[in-house]
Amino acid sequence: MALDLPFIWAAIIAFAVLAYVILDGFDLGVGILFPFFKAKRDRDVMMNSVAPVWDGNETWLVLGGGGLMAVFPLAYATILPALYMPLILMLLGLVFRGVAFEYRWRTRRGEFLWDIAFAGGSITAAFTQGVALGALVQGIAVENRAYAGGWWDWLTPFSVATGLALVVGYALLGATWLVMKTSGDLAARARRYALWTGAVTLVAMGLFSLWTPFLEPLYFERWFGWPTVIFSLLVPLLVLGCFALLLHGLKTGHDSRPFLAALGLFVLGFAGIGISFYPYIVPASLTIWQAAAPEESLSFLLVGALVLVPVILVYTAYAYWVFRGKVDPEEGYH
Amino acid sequence: MFEQLDATLLARFQFAFTVSFHIVFPAFSIGLASYLAVLEGLWLWTKDEVYFALFNFWKTIFALAFGMGVVSGIVMSYQFGTNWSVFSDKAGPVIGPLMGYEVMTAFFLEAGFLGVMLFGLNRVGPKLHFFATLMVALGTLISATWILAANSWMQTPAGFSINEAGQFVPVDWWAVIFNPSFPYRLVHMVLAAYLTTAFVVGAVGAYHLLRGDAPKRAKTMFSMAMWMAAIVAPIQIFAGDMHGLNTLEHQPVKVMAMEGHYQSHPDGAPLILFGIPNSAEQRVDYAVEIPKLSSLILKHDLNAPLAGLDTVPKALQPPVAIVFWSFRIMVAIGFAMLGLGLWSLWCRWRGTLGENRLLHRAAVLMGPAGFVAVLAGWVTTEVGRQPYTVYGHLLTAQSVAPIAAPAVATSLIAFIVVYFLVFGAGTFYILRLMGRLPRDPMPDLTEGPLRSAGITPAAAAFTNGSHHHGA
Repeated sequence: MALDLPFIWAAIIAFAVLAYVILDGFDLGVGILFPFFKAKRDRDVMMNSVAPVWDGNETWLVLGGGGLMAVFPLAYATILPALYMPLILMLLGLVFRGVAFEYRWRTRRGEFLWDIAFAGGSITAAFTQGVALGALVQGIAVENRAYAGGWWDWLTPFSVATGLALVVGYALLGATWLVMKTSGDLAARARRYALWTGAVTLVAMGLFSLWTPFLEPLYFERWFGWPTVIFSLLVPLLVLGCFALLLHGLKTGHDSRPFLAALGLFVLGFAGIGISFYPYIVPASLTIWQAAAPEESLSFLLVGALVLVPVILVYTAYAYWVFRGKVDPEEGYH
Repeated sequence: MFEQLDATLLARFQFAFTVSFHIVFPAFSIGLASYLAVLEGLWLWTKDEVYFALFNFWKTIFALAFGMGVVSGIVMSYQFGTNWSVFSDKAGPVIGPLMGYEVMTAFFLEAGFLGVMLFGLNRVGPKLHFFATLMVALGTLISATWILAANSWMQTPAGFSINEAGQFVPVDWWAVIFNPSFPYRLVHMVLAAYLTTAFVVGAVGAYHLLRGDAPKRAKTMFSMAMWMAAIVAPIQIFAGDMHGLNTLEHQPVKVMAMEGHYQSHPDGAPLILFGIPNSAEQRVDYAVEIPKLSSLILKHDLNAPLAGLDTVPKALQPPVAIVFWSFRIMVAIGFAMLGLGLWSLWCRWRGTLGENRLLHRAAVLMGPAGFVAVLAGWVTTEVGRQPYTVYGHLLTAQSVAPIAAPAVATSLIAFIVVYFLVFGAGTFYILRLMGRLPRDPMPDLTEGPLRSAGITPAAAAFTNGSHHHGA
């Protein structure tokens, strides 16, 4: 039996993107929440809670991008030009917030500037990622193995809405992360923000679900056709379950449950989008088999991925474990 | 100002600009990661406080430089798609998996252990911490290996066929990775990174020797750096020569541009020391040349014939002046490095390494030399590859993404503004950190109020492993 390599790779790339979204999601979320915490001491703790792990989190974005070029080069070559503006803005946002992790501790006079860079960069990156997602879901025009649209095609009410929704969603991840990693007044306030962002995230997911099927006949068919309609019915229930878990965790003062519930919301949303797409990788234009690299490329990298990704997960887990527990404001990593 | 320029030229400017900024950071962090591993190893082995103090000093600088390398590197990994989508579609099946392996074997390794290295000494203890430092250093070297394999394949492509969609299809991965120029480029670049770091460390050591504020620490790092300069610079010149001969074999047109050989020389080509390449007239104006020396260097025979650019259609010639000059800058710096290394050996032998102020001043002056040489070397090899992206197979003009010129102009301006702002600030912070070497501990004196703000005293650093100021 021949392996369906493009299918396996679609699963691996989807996993990398999901890993990126939930991991960098919470550290971008901490940046998004920065403006709501004015005290320097709070900001120090917030930043220290993600400082040892943000770089690893962002590496999943490089794996998503580099991996896409390796195994679905045609998708990489059409999606990236189509999303030119949002992606360039995302990269610049990531530059600002990435350097802020170190710069912020190197100056007293300029600290406020790097606070702005950290928050502004995080918000920009989150918003443009949401816009990119929305633009991708809308579909991308492809002719003769190339993007065939203009450089503003990505800008629609739908993509702006998904951009805003992702900012709130990441803020939810960030707030629940802070609930888990901090204590005292900071954690209490994070709990309140988690409640609000959680509610808005739920509403946004509902709106997205009602809007999407009408963007593209393919999605409508997927959502209301047999047998995928079962999934369409099941996912909203699971989403409500996660939301209930989030509320309960926040109300009972549980440390980690809200974060896990927020992760659950993201996994479900991601699965919903994936099922709407499949088997397209560039919606309505290219399927995973049309975009796939030659078999020699897919199999060569697959050997490495099967060995290395589990190893990466093990030592990434180790790095998280080293910095487990609440952040001690007195320890002063920085 | 961009109206006359086409989208391809703008995209090339953007790539050249962003990759030039990017390469500066890895060139420094590859060497510095290894240096940190050596310092921590020496500390664990000898228990000498001076190594631990130097480790903490350079670790903070490493964190800044590494952060800048990460964020400028993420930009690169997306720019292939945003601006060079046709190249990505066609060469992705070959280049992509090499970069995929770079991410999986190097980037995650560095990122995973960087947090432990920077913040985790108290939590994991010295032995595991040393392991983390080693993993970060190993990660930088693995990363260099894969990315140079990818770059070398674009210079000297091998092990592929081309399918009906026009894509490069890997046939033999061993031949793809170990393509003809890869071993030479890898050695040349890793040595360049080590030399770059050595000259930075040497300059900082010399600066503090001149100031006399922490003589023991300053002398230790200066001495280590000058050993590196004296040993690695000659090896690098030899490796560079081998790399040049390899280029002559596989990319002779690039060597013609480096040498400024517009004409073929059937019985011995001269070495043009200086001159002004004039591509319109296909000659070098005001050339100062040594007869037959080029043939001697390149062919080891005074009278060996060397073909010139007159054998290459003008449209397929690289921009000669850029390649000609950048090559000379790189070589001149290489020999200046060798000179400083030899001078330091002489002073060491005379026992004046720690006192010779002229040597120290020269070392401070040479601090940024490695960066200039690295950039000049990359300009030589990358501009010398033109007009191709995949040498001999895919033209640069046919690699570019279908993005409108105004879009590329906008992003180019944004990159220029943001990079100068952000990396300018980072360079300023790094220079300021370099100027603040904590004093050698003096057991009889408590630290006085003169100590500048933001410095963690060595004793405190020893107990809490903090690399940033102020808990």
